[in-house]
Amino acid sequence: MSLELVGITVLWIFLYGYLIVASIDFGAGFFSYYSVITMKKHIIHKIIERYLSPVWEVTNVFLVFFYIGMVGFFPETARYYGTALLVPGSVAIILLAIRGAYYAFSNYGSKDNKWYMLLYGATGLLIPATLSTVLTISEGGIIVEQNGMIFLDWSKLLGSPYTWSVILLSLVSVLYISSMFLSFYAYRAKDYPAFGILRGYALFWSGPTILASLLVFFAINQQNPEHFRNMLNLGWMFGASFICFLVAVYLLWKRIKLGLSFILVLLQFAFAFFGYGKAHLPYILFPYISIHENFTNQAMGTALVIAFIAGLVILIPSLFLLMRLFLFDADYVQGKFIKKGD
Amino acid sequence: MPIYDSVFYSRLLTETTLAFHIIFATIGVGVPVMIMLAELASIKRKDPYYALLARRWARGFVITVAIGVVTGTAIGLQLSLLWPKFMEIAGQAIALPLFLETFAFFIEAIFLGIYLYTWERLKPKHHLLLLVPVVIGSSASAFFITTVNAFMNTPQGFTLKDGLITNVQPILAMFNPSMPTKVAHVLSSAYMTSAFILAAIAAYSLLRKKGDTLYAKKALKLTVTAGLVFAITTAMIGDLSAKFLAHTQPEKLAAAEWHFETTKNAPLVLGGILTENNEVKYALKIPYALSILAGGTPGTEVKGLNDIPKDLRPPLYVHYFFDAMVAIGMFVIVVAICHMWYARKKSRKPYPRWLLAIIVVCGPLSMLGIQCGWFYAEVGRQPWILRGYMKVADAATTSQDVDTMLLLFCLLYIVLALTAVKVLSKLFRKNDVADELIALGIFGGRTKE
Ligand code: HDD
Ligand code: HEM
Ligand code: HEM
Repeated sequence: MSLELVGITVLWIFLYGYLIVASIDFGAGFFSYYSVITMKKHIIHKIIERYLSPVWEVTNVFLVFFYIGMVGFFPETARYYGTALLVPGSVAIILLAIRGAYYAFSNYGSKDNKWYMLLYGATGLLIPATLSTVLTISEGGIIVEQNGMIFLDWSKLLGSPYTWSVILLSLVSVLYISSMFLSFYAYRAKDYPAFGILRGYALFWSGPTILASLLVFFAINQQNPEHFRNMLNLGWMFGASFICFLVAVYLLWKRIKLGLSFILVLLQFAFAFFGYGKAHLPYILFPYISIHENFTNQAMGTALVIAFIAGLVILIPSLFLLMRLFLFDADYVQGKFIKKGD
Repeated sequence: MPIYDSVFYSRLLTETTLAFHIIFATIGVGVPVMIMLAELASIKRKDPYYALLARRWARGFVITVAIGVVTGTAIGLQLSLLWPKFMEIAGQAIALPLFLETFAFFIEAIFLGIYLYTWERLKPKHHLLLLVPVVIGSSASAFFITTVNAFMNTPQGFTLKDGLITNVQPILAMFNPSMPTKVAHVLSSAYMTSAFILAAIAAYSLLRKKGDTLYAKKALKLTVTAGLVFAITTAMIGDLSAKFLAHTQPEKLAAAEWHFETTKNAPLVLGGILTENNEVKYALKIPYALSILAGGTPGTEVKGLNDIPKDLRPPLYVHYFFDAMVAIGMFVIVVAICHMWYARKKSRKPYPRWLLAIIVVCGPLSMLGIQCGWFYAEVGRQPWILRGYMKVADAATTSQDVDTMLLLFCLLYIVLALTAVKVLSKLFRKNDVADELIALGIFGGRTKE
């Protein structure tokens, strides 16, 4: 595998990681708030809090990793995206900032402040909507370079059906991934009332998720036919994704093998996400930046890959420890450690 | 503003974000060290008061970390948004430490999460061990980002020709000449500042005489002692930094000292004002001191600004930042020594109120020192963004909306700051020390963990 392919694969894997953990987080924020206004807070709030509290900061680092790595491996993305994305990028930063800060405020500080929870819940839906527009932009035609100046064509961005279908997909899949995960978590915790509610959410959002995916699929054809053709060539991946989806929902429906069900959700998104990504190559920004022509120099590329491997050696056991303590430890999940003071 | 100037606004926005981030980053680097010291003391001396200290600090720390993380995310993205051309070059030459930094963030985030939620699950000794990766992670992130900043001051490890970068040596770029002193000074000043901020909190509760004074006194002693050690270290490394500047980046030191003629036996200028034709007035001059600062002996020749082309001189107002930083450093050392003197005499039971009041001031003052230090270091690099290669004016975005974004971000930081203050003060008012001592079973021996 060439160095640039290693680079983009690493970045794409971490973006996928962010997609999953952040979706769980964003959706949970929304359900948390929703449960407060529908007076079901006492049933599901504990479950959500118990999982989220120890991991939210880690979620953020996945995003940081992605964009720092992007500038490292493909420095010219900084110039194109950096110049064009000042406004949407800043809006995304502000939303992320509000969300992170108010999460901490409402969890560690003023517990149960409804305003803090609203800010936290609402930003959880706005952030995926904002971030996902970068995918639209990467399809080309929206960032334009004229006389050496780079700018963003807002009317094209907001006028494209593809933009809106991606936003729609990001919203529903956040809610779907999150409720699928939380159902599994609640079931492990033997918290059946919470499980009942969360299972309902998950089943409810499964239909819209698959519909929105189809919509995106066809909208790509309009935006970037070449990308669409590449995707058709990788059709088996999207087929596999669909089968994973069906089985996952079936298992949840039947209330059996919920762990497997969530793994299938992970696979469902993995197939679709990597299929999409692979078909997108070699372009990072169509048609200006391609992984071959705009890769960093070999020396830096090699250094980054070595650093990455060294980093993984530390990172993987740490993540494993985190998961063991908070995800797979039955006593913790069931809330058996009563907190003193905190 | 008569005409829109995206460079100007980009600078303002960068300054604002960095100045805000550095407050929380400093706390993020220093406080884990202090928590670790407190936990160590609690285990070594079997004194549960220190365990409570660690616990209460950790609780407040989570809030500041959250703001550190979100503002850090902001500055990380903003660097690409506001300085795209700089990041394009930096990406080629100095991406390695930036990339490594994200692993440091991962480690810190993961173990901090575990640490905060395992007070009851682990034995104190094991729980303490969890702090080691947190301390390493946060100090490593300071280390890596500071190497990037050092690179901006003394770039090396690449060749730039006709806008093309070749011959890149990532390790050489990372370990550039300015790196050792810079990293050491940044780390020690962060530890020092965190110690004094925690000391200020302890002194404040002693002044108010609320709660258990024994608890606050132990906190004060621990923090001021640590603060003194770190402050002396900071001053010593600061001295090395100045020697480094004299040798490698003379214009920065000369600007800080309003030193125009290249001479031996150069005096150190404190305070004062500069007239239109560059005469220094109303300043306190210490003979030979600048030469000593720059090279260790009065005979050292110190390069003056007149030897540097006019358009490459940094703004001269950095003099005040430098003076303020050094003055703060000296002041807190004196205060800490005063405190040690009083603490030694067991007979005088209560600390004098004036001393407590001054210690309260030392917390914010140290943070001001950090700000002054950074403004000195960054403005002193002007007009360069990459010294010798790229000027700030050539690196900025051409976007027309930076001013609006500046407003938005100012608003964001104000809101975050206000809420943080509110939440933090509520947190500590709600959890009374005395109640917690009882809840933890501290009255009557060891805590049950
Ligand atoms: C409370 C914090 C604090 C205190 C008390 C001091 N410093 Fe400092 N100083 C910093 C916090 C700081 C800093 C924020 O950490 C800086 C900014 C950038 C850097 O490298 O460190 C800095 C930069 C900095 C520089 C510029 C380095 C460079 O740009 O390469 C010099 C020459 C000094 N300091 C010298 C001193 C001296 C002689 C001090 C004597 C007491 C001193 N500092 C106290
Ligand atoms: C241009 C300068 C800087 C950039 C681009 C930057 C970037 C970042 C980013 C992206 C984060 C969030 C990480 C996360 O998600 O966990 C962060 C947090 C952090 N930064 Fe900065 N940073 C800068 C300056 C500094 C400096 C000077 C220090 C130390 C002296 C520092 C220390 C930290 C620490 C310790 C954290 C972890 C959060 C905390 O504990 O408060 N950073 N920074
Ligand atoms: C990765 C490391 C860093 C990068 C890429 C960076 C980049 C920049 C840039 C682009 C500017 C604006 C141009 C200028 O006005 O000089 C600037 C200025 C500034 N930076 Fe840094 N910086 C870094 C580290 C830091 C750190 C760690 C701090 C600490 C808080 C800091 C504080 C400042 C300040 C206060 C200014 C304002 C200087 C002025 O008024 O011109 N910088 N930096």
